[in-house]
Formats: sequence, C-alpha cells, structure tokens
Amino acid sequence: MFEQVQLGLYVFVLSTFIGFEVIRRVPPLLHTPLMSLTNAISGISLVASLLLAGAGHEGYATVLGAIAVFSSTMNVVGGFVITDRMLRMFRKDRQRPARTADTGGEES
Amino acid sequence: MNEATTSHDILDWLQLFLYAGAGVGFILALKWLTHPTTARKGILAGELGMVGAVVGTLITGEIEQWIWIIVAIFLGSIVGTMIGLKVPMTAMPQRIAFSHAFGALAAALVGTAEYLLGTDGLSAFVLAVLGVEMLLGYLTFTGSLMAFGKLQGWLPDRPWVYTGQNLVNFGFLLVGLGCVVMLVVDPANTMYLWPIIGIGLLYGVMFVLRIGGADMPTVISLLNSFAGLSGAALGFAIDNPILIIAGALDGSSGFLLSLFMSRAMNRSFSNVLFGAFGQEKSTAVAGEHGPVRETTTEEVAMLLDTASLVIVVPGYGMAAAQAQHKVAELTDMLAKGGTEVAFAIHPVAGRMPGHMNVLLAEADVPYDRMIELDDVNGDFPRCDVALVIGANDVVNPAARHDKGSPIFGMPILDVDKAANVVVIKRSMRSGFAGIENELFYQQQSSMLFGDAKEVAAELVHELGRIPGRAR
Repeated sequence: MFEQVQLGLYVFVLSTFIGFEVIRRVPPLLHTPLMSLTNAISGISLVASLLLAGAGHEGYATVLGAIAVFSSTMNVVGGFVITDRMLRMFRKDRQRPARTADTGGEES
Repeated sequence: MNEATTSHDILDWLQLFLYAGAGVGFILALKWLTHPTTARKGILAGELGMVGAVVGTLITGEIEQWIWIIVAIFLGSIVGTMIGLKVPMTAMPQRIAFSHAFGALAAALVGTAEYLLGTDGLSAFVLAVLGVEMLLGYLTFTGSLMAFGKLQGWLPDRPWVYTGQNLVNFGFLLVGLGCVVMLVVDPANTMYLWPIIGIGLLYGVMFVLRIGGADMPTVISLLNSFAGLSGAALGFAIDNPILIIAGALDGSSGFLLSLFMSRAMNRSFSNVLFGAFGQEKSTAVAGEHGPVRETTTEEVAMLLDTASLVIVVPGYGMAAAQAQHKVAELTDMLAKGGTEVAFAIHPVAGRMPGHMNVLLAEADVPYDRMIELDDVNGDFPRCDVALVIGANDVVNPAARHDKGSPIFGMPILDVDKAANVVVIKRSMRSGFAGIENELFYQQQSSMLFGDAKEVAAELVHELGRIPGRAR
C-alpha cells in the first residue's frame, strides 16, 4: 500500500505543478479551447473503463464498464474534434493593420 | 499492472513507454495551446497521447472480453464525432457542461464497480479514495447536467435560493463524507455505498441550483476541475499512473480557470459558490441621474464613419442575440475604410472562459483584434466611439468608486473614458448583478435600443449608404 500511495502521490504532485505552470501561460483568447481540450484529456477515464469492461467480470461490472467506455469515448472523440474545429477558426488579420488604408479589392 | 508475475514481458515494457509518451503528449498539447499558431499542433499531440494510453492499456493481456469494448468504442466514437461536428459554436458552453457530465459519469461508474468487485480485498487507502472519487464523480455528473440545463435555457438562469440553503447543502456534504469514513472503517458493509451515490447525485443538483448565469464561467471551470480530479482519484485506486497524470493536468487547468474567473469579478471562490450573486436589490435609483439619451442608427453610423478608433465591447447579450456575424461585418467595413477597430474582451463576458473570443473567431474576426482587459484599457481615452453590445456589469464605472455597489472592486473595461459611448441594449433592464449602470446616464453616452443582431444589421446598412464608403 505504501509504495502505491508514494509513487502515485509523486506523479500527482509533479503533474499538478506542470499543469499549473503550463496552463498559467494560456492566454484568455484560448480559454475555451483549453477547456474543451482538457475535457477531451479527462476522457482518460477511458483507460480505467476499458480495464473494467474487458476484464471478464460478472454481468453488472461489465455493463457499468461498457457504459463508461461509451461515455468516455464520446468525450475523447467529441472533445478533440470540437477543439480542432474551434482552433481552425482563429486567424490573424489578413489585411495588414487597418489604419493604413486598404486598396479595397475584396468584397465582403 | 500485473503484480503476480515477477518477470515482466515485452508488452509490459511497451505499456510503460506508451504511458510515458502519453504523458508527454498531454503536456505538450497544453504547452502548445499557449499560442494560437501552435495550438492545432497541440491537438495532434493530445490525440497521439490518447492513442498511446489506449493502446498501452489494451496490449498487456488484461483484456479478456473484447466484444463490449469494441461496441462501446464504436458507438462512443460515432456519437462523439456527430456532437463534435454538429454542435454550433453558440452552443459551446452547454456542450462543455454536457461532456463534463459524461466524463464524470464514466469515472464514477468505474469507481462504483471497482468498489463492488473488491469489497474485502481493498486497502483502507483505496477505499477512501474510491469513496471520495464516487462522491466527486456523481456530484459532477448531476452538477454538469444542471449547468447544461441552465445554459441551454431549459432551466431558469437565475439562482434558486432559500434561507438556510448553505446549511442544508453543507449538511448533505458532511453526511456524504461521513459515509466515506464509514466505508473505510467498516469495509465489509456495502450499505454505505448507496448513500454516497445518492448524496453525490443530489448535492450536484443543489450546488448548481443556486448558481446564476453570470457565475457560470467560474462554475463550469470548477466542474472541469472536478472531472479531472475524479479521474486522478481513480488512477490512485487502480494504481494507474496515466490516469493520475491526465487527471492532475485537467484538475489544475479547471482550478486555475475558476480562480482566474473569480479574480476577474473580484470575488472570492466561496462568494461565487455560496453567495448567489444577482440577488441584491438595485442600490441606485434611476431618478438620481438624468434621463438617458436615445440615439438612432443613422446618427451612430455617422459617428462611426468619422471615428479613427472604434472599440467594440461585446457581452453575453451579443451571444444571446447571435449578433457576432453582423457585428463582424460592421467592423470589417470600418476597417476597410481605414478605421482602427478593436474588440475589448472582459474575462467574464459570456458564459464560459473565452466565450467571446470563440464567437468572434467564428465570425471570422482576426484574433489580433481581440484585446484583453489590461491591454485595452489604456486605449479608451483615445477611442472615438466605444460600442457596447450586450455588456453591462463589466462596463459599470460604479465598480471603481461606489463602495456600496455589489460589484465594487471588480476590474472593468474603462468604457466611460471614450469620447462617445454607444450602448446597444434591448431595454433599460439592469444587468445580471441587478444594479443600475451609471455609464448609461453619462454625458457622452447614448442608447440604441433593440435586438443586437438587428441593430448591427441596420448599422451596416446605414454605413453603406454613406457616400465614399466601400461595402
């Protein structure tokens, strides 16, 4: 039990620390994609669900496991798809800074 | 992990490396999200990480029964892809709340099954972790569903409060934690499982009942954090490091975001969670100020035409009216005519962190025109027209000087420093905090009443009629 707690705690503390340091630098501009990406990553419970659903347990455990696999897969796939869709929309200004008057070729 | 066999075979080693790679992938995904130019690369890193984690789990021979897994993954992928492709950007807050619910449900169900399968063999540590994990997982499930209902408009947006609510909620939580303690003290007795599940489910509902629309950004972030933490707890229980890594990353992300959100409102965490904003009666009476000045779209179009710097301040009202495309069209016209245009984005504008940015990006507004609170505030004094679209509390100057105001101390956009302020608003109804906005009564302010989308369309029309303006 001690080894299990010990290693897990190291991993948890260090990951949390890295998480704080990295995420602190995500600009507010990208906070929604951040939420939706971490949401996809939190679909990691898929791993635990797979282990449960595939272990060949008696009825109820497999059923719960299968529901969990379904829910977390939905999260993972949906999360990545939608984050990508969102990020594709973010673009820099096509025409250079607006105050230098545009030649005005484009129609909108 | 297979502890029975002392000699680990090649597949165990492969799993180890795949898990480590998955951890790297997740961290890179977040790191690359720090800039819009690298962000999409980050998605790829995250996807590869997830594939690594899943493959690493499947190869080690712990899986004996494949049929359910294959069916569930197949169905989950189809539904996930459909949701991912079909959900409109305007429904993003609901979508995120919805998926928090299902992420948490997965973790909670696995925790429940793990507990039921191993009642006698589980150590005290694992029991405690599973208990907390279930409580957290189930409350995140119903809490997120409630948030989804509120954001979708199926449930009232206003907080639902009664006297003694905090006491009742706190009592429930205490009983829930008591049951977790009993789970550890008396492991042979599975009776304590059911109250844990019940209280978790019920507490999620009660917790979000009292949260109003404007506090959604904080609460959604918090639920994000809970979903991650329940994953990490599950990782402790089944001794799986990749769950701990991903759960910790997710947990810290959600926690940081909710911290940012409450800071942007100058309110403490506990005030957001237990204070039920939006209940205060209005402190100022309308009569104290002069009447508001109403203006017309023609007048505003002329004002915009001669301006050299226009700052647009969007709020939830723009999202609700789905006016972002028309507003973008208007600003594009202005930019083409040589006017400098910027969007001033308050951190808590909208219903989730970054809500306005996503909507504007969808309407094809370049991200370098969206400027954060701290960077844009210095520009207001040289701004000719500030166009406030569906924002209210985040531009209320009372936050700066009125100590009696419920929003006193909240960082605001200094719109009142602009030469002209045009407020597009449906009516004179007060904002979410239920207080009068003195900005509307100031000399340089004028009101343009109507639906944001229609008003923006009319402005585009009027501006196009001005001679010498290219459409």
